[in-house]
Amino acid sequence: MLLEDVRVKEGLKACMNCGVCTAICPAAEFYDYDPRQIITAVQSRSDVEIERLLRSETIWYCGQCMSCRPRCPRGNTPGYIIQALRTLSQRLGLFVESEKGRQQLAIKRTIGHNIWNSGYCLVPRTIDPDKHPEQGTVWRWVFDHDKDVYGRFTPSYGKEGAGALRKFDEKTMGELHRIFDISGGTALFEDIERYSDAKAREMGYNGADEEYMNDVFTKNTMEIW
Amino acid sequence: MVERAKWAEYEKAIADDHFYYARSCIRQNFFPGSEKAFLDILKNKLGKDIYDDPIHTSCTGIGYHSDIVPLETIMTVVARQFALMGEAGYENFATSCITSFGIYTEILHTWEEFPETKERTADYLMKATGRELVVPKNLAHTSDVMYHFRKDIAEKMVRPLVNVKTGEPLRVVEHIGCHYAKIFPKSGVGGSEFPYVLAGMIESWGGEVVDYPERRHCCGFGFRNYLVQANRGYSIANSQKKLESMAPYRPDFIVCNCPGCSMFLDKWQYAIAEMEGITYGQRGCGIPVLTYEEMAGLVLGYDPWELGMQMHAVDVEPLLNKMGVEYDPSAKYLGKSGKYIGKPAPTVVNRAVEASVYKLRG
Repeated sequence: MLLEDVRVKEGLKACMNCGVCTAICPAAEFYDYDPRQIITAVQSRSDVEIERLLRSETIWYCGQCMSCRPRCPRGNTPGYIIQALRTLSQRLGLFVESEKGRQQLAIKRTIGHNIWNSGYCLVPRTIDPDKHPEQGTVWRWVFDHDKDVYGRFTPSYGKEGAGALRKFDEKTMGELHRIFDISGGTALFEDIERYSDAKAREMGYNGADEEYMNDVFTKNTMEIW
Repeated sequence: MVERAKWAEYEKAIADDHFYYARSCIRQNFFPGSEKAFLDILKNKLGKDIYDDPIHTSCTGIGYHSDIVPLETIMTVVARQFALMGEAGYENFATSCITSFGIYTEILHTWEEFPETKERTADYLMKATGRELVVPKNLAHTSDVMYHFRKDIAEKMVRPLVNVKTGEPLRVVEHIGCHYAKIFPKSGVGGSEFPYVLAGMIESWGGEVVDYPERRHCCGFGFRNYLVQANRGYSIANSQKKLESMAPYRPDFIVCNCPGCSMFLDKWQYAIAEMEGITYGQRGCGIPVLTYEEMAGLVLGYDPWELGMQMHAVDVEPLLNKMGVEYDPSAKYLGKSGKYIGKPAPTVVNRAVEASVYKLRG
């Protein structure tokens, strides 16, 4: 399954283990993380090694900046291979076996819900200043006065018609939902919810409820350096 | 002559007119004045035709790069955007987001290299929307378009990127954004080795580009590494690395290609100041962070508050004063009806006396 993903076909030519990808990688500076080792494991084509990756923390560290792509002397793209590993990990339900993997539920319930409900990856009313203290006092000011602030720049804030942060008509949202249904987007959302719920119960939660969601969104229980 | 011949290989074709405009989730949330200014500059300053379509959605790129949107889904969403462009009678697609630009570029390449993915996408698109897949004749990031017209803008320049007190060029850090040229080097002006899209604007408008060791390092967005609160140490650490590297070169401001980078390099300065009491700009302040639309807008004489610069965490007034921009301080915090709507609480990054607003260290 992994080798059928076009991102693996495109991203894995022949790795010579030089380690340039690790040298340039922002994630490798922050985490105990070595993309070179991931590529070595995938290149081995060992099912055991690949399944170990699908259950691991390490495939969830990459920030997908793709800085590795122009630097690889052999034309590989470790970032693409990691995308394919993450997709497969979620399809097989193995993402819940790692703390970083379990965070996918939080992303599905924030960014995923935004896309499904508004047609955007983010909208101002969902960027809660209490959950985003790094956004600072200016963002709290924008959030508290959103209609006044955005109204200065767009005629269609939350309304249909051309402009920033416009509301989409029913036809547009229907098309977007059907695209997700037909192309596998909805199924992935359902997989993330289903596997998360089962894992949450195994961990002693009452399913993938608000408490579980809040914990996967906020907690680190491991040392990352 | 040899050098010029080589440089031609790093140029890209950018259309001269008739653009289909695709908005950005991050830019319209955090820099809505920039999108407004871009359209105004194109239409009213340069006399170009650009279509602002009310029914194109997000490309879903943030969801794709945080792995909750499958490749097949984003391909079909992108195919719908291209179909809308064709139905509106346009061939030149101009997107306001770097990550979208990377995705559009990647998908066009994938369709070419793996034709079965294009056939599958066309089938999904037809079934889901009844629309026909077309591909753009020309794909550009909106900064490419601004770069393309940089000399026309220079001819209309009201205020160059010059310190009015010293007469010296302003020192500008430019940040390209990883997904502009690192994924497909030939898709960006100057490629991944010599990105020139912002530097070309800065030089054309009188400024001086600052080189520094971590110039091409990521801003630190890292998708899931910012989106999930538990991971945000990654994001702030990478922004900090860049800020520490550029600070000794005393830039007057930072200009970004990508709306995400603009937001992170601005907001993380706020957070670092609150957490550590450290600022990276001159005279104890943060370094103002501009979008390229804001930079062009100031050069063309737009009002800074009409450009939306009141939405920045780092105050831009020190830069406005250097440039000799005339502005009304009392107009900064006016709502759409022109009434004062209160102002944000003071912050360390802008040298306010109150200490930490949030107890980030817990």
